[in-house]
Amino acid sequence: MKLIKNLFLVFAIAVFFCSCKDANKDVTTTSSEVNTEALSKESGQAFIKDDLGKPTVLSIAIGSKDHTTLVAAVQAASLENALVNAGPLMVFAPTNEAFVALPEGTVENLLKPENKNALANILKYHVTPGNYSKDFLKKFKKLGQANNDYVKIEVVDGEPIIGGAKILASIKAGNGIVHVIDKVLLPPSE
Amino acid sequence: MKKILTSIIAIVTVLTAFTSCTNSGKTNGKSGALSSNVAEKVYVAPGEHDEFYAFISGGYSGNLTVYGLPSGRMFKEIPVFSQFPTSGYGYSEETKPMLNTSHGFIPWGDSHHPDISQTAGEIDGRFIFINENNTPRIAKIDLKTFETTEIIEVPNSAGNHSSSFVTENTEYVVAGTRFSVPIPQRDMPIKEYKGNFQGALSFISVAPETGNMDIKFQVLMPGFNYDLSHPGRGKSHGWFFFTTYNTEEASTLLEVNASQNDKDFIAAVNWKKIEEYVNNGGGTMMPADYAHNVYDEHTHTATSTMKKEVRVVNPAEVPGAVFFLPTPKSPHGCDVDPSGEYIVGNGKLSANLTVHSFTKMLAAIEGEKFDGEAYGIPILKFEDVLAGSVEQPGLGPLHTEFDGQGNAYTTFFISSEVVKWKLGTWEVIDRKPTYYSVGHLTIPGGNSRKPQGKYMFAMNKITKDRYLPTGPEMEHSAQLYDISGEKMELLLDFPTHGEPHYAAAMRADLIKKRSQKIYNLEDNKHPYAAKSDSETKVVRKGNEVHIYMTTIRSHFSPDNIEGIKLGDKVYFHVTNLEQDFDVPHGFAVLGQNTSELLIMPGQTKTSVWEPTKVGVWPFYCTDFCSALHQEMQGYIRVSPANAATPLKWSMGEDIE
Repeated sequence: MKLIKNLFLVFAIAVFFCSCKDANKDVTTTSSEVNTEALSKESGQAFIKDDLGKPTVLSIAIGSKDHTTLVAAVQAASLENALVNAGPLMVFAPTNEAFVALPEGTVENLLKPENKNALANILKYHVTPGNYSKDFLKKFKKLGQANNDYVKIEVVDGEPIIGGAKILASIKAGNGIVHVIDKVLLPPSE
Repeated sequence: MKKILTSIIAIVTVLTAFTSCTNSGKTNGKSGALSSNVAEKVYVAPGEHDEFYAFISGGYSGNLTVYGLPSGRMFKEIPVFSQFPTSGYGYSEETKPMLNTSHGFIPWGDSHHPDISQTAGEIDGRFIFINENNTPRIAKIDLKTFETTEIIEVPNSAGNHSSSFVTENTEYVVAGTRFSVPIPQRDMPIKEYKGNFQGALSFISVAPETGNMDIKFQVLMPGFNYDLSHPGRGKSHGWFFFTTYNTEEASTLLEVNASQNDKDFIAAVNWKKIEEYVNNGGGTMMPADYAHNVYDEHTHTATSTMKKEVRVVNPAEVPGAVFFLPTPKSPHGCDVDPSGEYIVGNGKLSANLTVHSFTKMLAAIEGEKFDGEAYGIPILKFEDVLAGSVEQPGLGPLHTEFDGQGNAYTTFFISSEVVKWKLGTWEVIDRKPTYYSVGHLTIPGGNSRKPQGKYMFAMNKITKDRYLPTGPEMEHSAQLYDISGEKMELLLDFPTHGEPHYAAAMRADLIKKRSQKIYNLEDNKHPYAAKSDSETKVVRKGNEVHIYMTTIRSHFSPDNIEGIKLGDKVYFHVTNLEQDFDVPHGFAVLGQNTSELLIMPGQTKTSVWEPTKVGVWPFYCTDFCSALHQEMQGYIRVSPANAATPLKWSMGEDIE
């Protein structure tokens, strides 16, 4: 009997909480929306832990101490998931030094939230849907880039020059290849 | 006691928390994917039916799977181009001819793009067609029985990819070639591809009453790759649109050599004009070898006929029949909106979507504003036919579907998302991620004048961490979205079977009411049918032994057979005498080199057994048919080749 009494009490409290929550529904909604957003920001292929597979073009960039500026830019433009896709993807990755060589204030300016689209456009100009070795690139006159522009390829002293940039090193990735370059490529549209 | 109370309090508290969550989600309608409100939207209570059928291609399984929406439950796998031991399709004597081709019997296929038959531009749910990509074929599945009833091979074609889409009265099911090849096939150097190889676009007529297919004509196009296609509808009915790539006509390293031209083409084909030309004797009959396989539901048997010629048309000889619409960067998907005005070309290496206008195309043709020609086919000016483009909506656009409310939904493989945009203003309205790397998407009634909306599902190429891991190989994932609002809402994640290249979906009611429950035994015209126990017998013809066998809960008749000898070919012709919905019987005999048979009520199926060992071998029913299923068995005695054992059979008494 005592048990039943207690149970009644429990239910009464529960109902009380219930109505409380309803009264505060604006608060509830706001917090749940925040949660959803936080969730989608960190979901997608970029955030799957995979210790055995070959690293993706993104994880190669993240793991490189010479590409901290590039990685910061990719994150600012929310392009992580585009770089871990099945691809194949060929990323021309300018070194930190290459970013330093840009006119003063350029990088800081591009990293501002209001310039997200311009930044994404520049970064996508560094990505080709394809997977070609340095040597193989000499077969091309131009490459169609992910931002819809073309980048020119010339052969100077037997080396491919991509939009004026030299390839310093090439690293094979699970979903393509990363070519480290010595200059930031600026799309003709910028 | 105290412990129990504490637990109860804990449970009630937790329940209350959930309840309040649900309430807040419901009252303001702003639920996230985690809200239980979403669960309600896909919940189909036990015993209730789904609102939509979805027919999802099985890709390299060669088959077609049937799902329900919104639950995402799989109801059936329909065998089409692959042997299917579950039912005996492609193993039974009756269905082996379905897989016959000019290259012989082929046990496997790569099924791609299902499309449902239409009447007056609306999905009618009579038949569904699907293409085989590898050894070019088109199949027709009857949605009354959910069985493959016809397969026609497509000669002069290779990589049957821009298929199998139907015109708005199912006048034709169309099959375009992905690979161009020598026509007719011959021994020639590959490097002489350019200018010598051709691409065949086949128009297969569908008889209005029976649905019988016949290749009416093939348009022999320049040696490009024809990737995907869709029919015009409404104002553009009578036209068909095909995306092309490799207009460079490269035969090696296409990833480089087929990406040299800024623009490839969408080929606009005025099939009504060509039909008229052909009806007036136009085109030429050329020798060809192709199989036409038809399943008769009265004899329960397929027959394969080899056809010897096909009518081909040179488009340059039919003025006004074919035009090229320049379209940027190796377009893949080729989709036409419900009004028939807009033709969307998804340049897979482009960041933009190109939309052509049918009206502008007609005006440009009228004004003869051509920008040169390719192999005698006029090229229209890009600017003259362009309706607009959606600027940088995502990376790697593949396919577009429509909701009938003026919106289009495009998949982006590289950026792994579906983007909703508005026809006419080309503005992006919403984008939602897919998990991961989406290929096709489907809206019920998508390829028609009247899309049925409500849901869209995205079929992905990559699964990774979406489900419990199953080793390196996983089923592909699909995601279902509610598209009834301004923004898309992710509702459900479900696995698909094989590789789902496209799907066709429609409201369930039309199909549901016509779905057949049994085959009428009286209509069974199978030459080896035994329609009652009294008609059962065993007949020897040389080394062939034909067993006319029946099944009914819970015995075979006959169930004791003697007089079989090594070297005999034993035909078990099994008729299921049941006339009760969903009571199939199965048949298998020890050492059988083919599959089991699964025989539907009223049906006859045949399995051939060539015993290799002397002995007494059991056979049994493989389908748990009844309470006495375990009693449903029999023995067949195999004697040495030179034995004198007489051929005898019985049921219910001993063989003397």
